[in-house]
Amino acid sequence: MLYALKIAIRYLTASKAQTALLVLGVAVGVFIFVFMSALIGGLADFILSRTVGDISHVTIKAEDAEPAILISPEGHVLAVTEKGRMRTATLAEAATWIPLIEAVRGVVAVSPQITGAGFLTRGAQVAQVSVTGLEPGRESAILNLDGYMVEGAARLGSGLVVLGQRLADDLSLGLGQTLRLQSSGGVSTMLTLSGIFQTGNGMIDSSSVFVSLPTARTLFAMPQGVTRIEIKLADLNAADATALRIRGLTGLDVVPWTDGAEQLKEALNAQAQTGYFLKSFALITIVIGVASALLLSTYRRRPEIGIMRAMGAGRGFVVVVFVTQGALIGLLGGLMGAGLGYLALLPFPSREAFRPGTLPMDITQGSYGLAITLTVLGAILASILPARAAARVDPVTAISQ
Amino acid sequence: MSALVRVEGLVKTFGSGEAATRVLRGLSLTLQAGELTALLGPSGSGKSTLLTILGTLMKPTAGSHSMLGTDLVAADDRALTLFRNLHIGFVFQFHNLLPDFTALENVVFPTAVREGRETAAARTRGRELLARMGLAERIDFPTANLSGGQKQRVAVARALMNRPELVLADEPTGNLDRAAAMQVMALISEINRDEGTTFLISTHDEKIASLCRRQVVVGDGVVTG
Ligand SMILES: Nc1ncnc2c1ncn2[C@@H]1O[C@H](COP(=O)(O)OP(=O)(O)OP(=O)(O)O)[C@@H](O)[C@H]1O
Ligand SMILES: [Mg+2]
Repeated sequence: MLYALKIAIRYLTASKAQTALLVLGVAVGVFIFVFMSALIGGLADFILSRTVGDISHVTIKAEDAEPAILISPEGHVLAVTEKGRMRTATLAEAATWIPLIEAVRGVVAVSPQITGAGFLTRGAQVAQVSVTGLEPGRESAILNLDGYMVEGAARLGSGLVVLGQRLADDLSLGLGQTLRLQSSGGVSTMLTLSGIFQTGNGMIDSSSVFVSLPTARTLFAMPQGVTRIEIKLADLNAADATALRIRGLTGLDVVPWTDGAEQLKEALNAQAQTGYFLKSFALITIVIGVASALLLSTYRRRPEIGIMRAMGAGRGFVVVVFVTQGALIGLLGGLMGAGLGYLALLPFPSREAFRPGTLPMDITQGSYGLAITLTVLGAILASILPARAAARVDPVTAISQ
Repeated sequence: MSALVRVEGLVKTFGSGEAATRVLRGLSLTLQAGELTALLGPSGSGKSTLLTILGTLMKPTAGSHSMLGTDLVAADDRALTLFRNLHIGFVFQFHNLLPDFTALENVVFPTAVREGRETAAARTRGRELLARMGLAERIDFPTANLSGGQKQRVAVARALMNRPELVLADEPTGNLDRAAAMQVMALISEINRDEGTTFLISTHDEKIASLCRRQVVVGDGVVTG
């Protein structure tokens, strides 16, 4: 209906100030929508990167061998294999799994590790530490060790150890010093301190030490295999699906980060709900604003509608004229609001360059297309009532008014 | 001449019960094709009501109404809308033109609304009609800037746009001074003579009525003369 469009545009341009105000009102609603999307999205990403950005997104753990029980057909227990006191569970075939896991879509890094407990001794001082053996070359695959180094280097090699600032302070350690690391299994070795990091995480900074995988093999008497494989994903939210896929592929015990992160998920969910709530209000405001403005215009133009009806315009034509006005207002307001929202988000630092203390706005999560689409749909919805009122105008009374 | 429009036993009652107003009380009237008729009668006698029914904008309470052999009492809104568009032109006293459109846009409206767009052919006819109404200089004028007489001439041009058989004019000169009123009437007479378009014009002005070949007087809801 080209002609209905022409008339709709004419009506909108006939009262420019009024239309401009209406479009501006819609744009403000869309602006709020875009701003909220960017804020809620950015905040969620920020919180996630702060909490789980440095941890494994998907972890494969060596299954603790459960006591195996052999039961006779009559129900008697014939034999029980006791759970080993020492580590019995290993991912012996790790070497074959890793290329397979690396090929899974969405996997950005894979880190085979040997973990265990140990004691760090320097002179008379002793500290209990958790030891992680990392494959040289993959030191920063999961925890970004490289990025957190304050002294020395993250690079691990045979006879080297890297540990946190707090632990170094506690034991008054300096780069290049030699210390003794004894594993819970009793194996001990002399290591040289080659790097000190500070992650901001108290646990890691005060009790974690990193050695190379070969060193860990010696310490934990594990000539082959690993105790866990940590996997980092491109998309945090894909952890559940990816874990399932890897489990299907390898048959191993694969755990996504979301297991046991219920509180975090609840908090993020509540935050998202708040966002939906505010965005819905922005949309409702738009719908009410457009509906009332168009209803007013319908009333003001009653005589004209009467004339058009007398001249042979059908009810459908009148409906299209008013719905088109609504759609145009929605489109203009939507484009303007989304544009203004984008401009307003430009000064905020990008996700990578984010500084604490400001709002973690993410310009890429403005939901611009969704905002415009929903606004146009909302405005069309809003114009249905006025359009129907217009179509019902009785030409006789309208013209004789 | 053949009968173009026929109404018989037309009754129109507004409201119901105690408050009911019987405006038309069994009115019968036939308009022959090509007639130029004045509709006279005191204020409140039902002239506008009759024109509205003849224009298919309102249905009678009782009675028959046919035009061009079509029973218009039985037709539905959609059919009447198309019928109006094709066969009937209107000129009203007030609220005649679409204020946000130019003279030409107003004139081509009846054709454009049916065809879905303003065609070049429609514009050409619109221009011709406006020129014929002495408004060649005002074609692209916003109607808000036209004088009262000019507006009514644009309205006449628009009423003629779809070459209707019948044009209904409700006090078309009611708001105009004598000179402007005479100009509009002269144009109507000219169109009636040249094209054979049937006109029914309600008026309180004897002078205007005397320019028409036939006079119909309404009183007490029926034709009295
Ligand atoms: N919608 C309506 N509801 C109730 N009464 C109405 C309605 N329309 C018209 N009337 C009444 O019908 C009567 C005839 O009105 P109408 O407008 O047809 O008269 P008219 O002859 O055109 O008068 P005028 O010369 O003043 O224009 C009047 O008494 C009027 O009050
Ligand atoms: Mg009247």
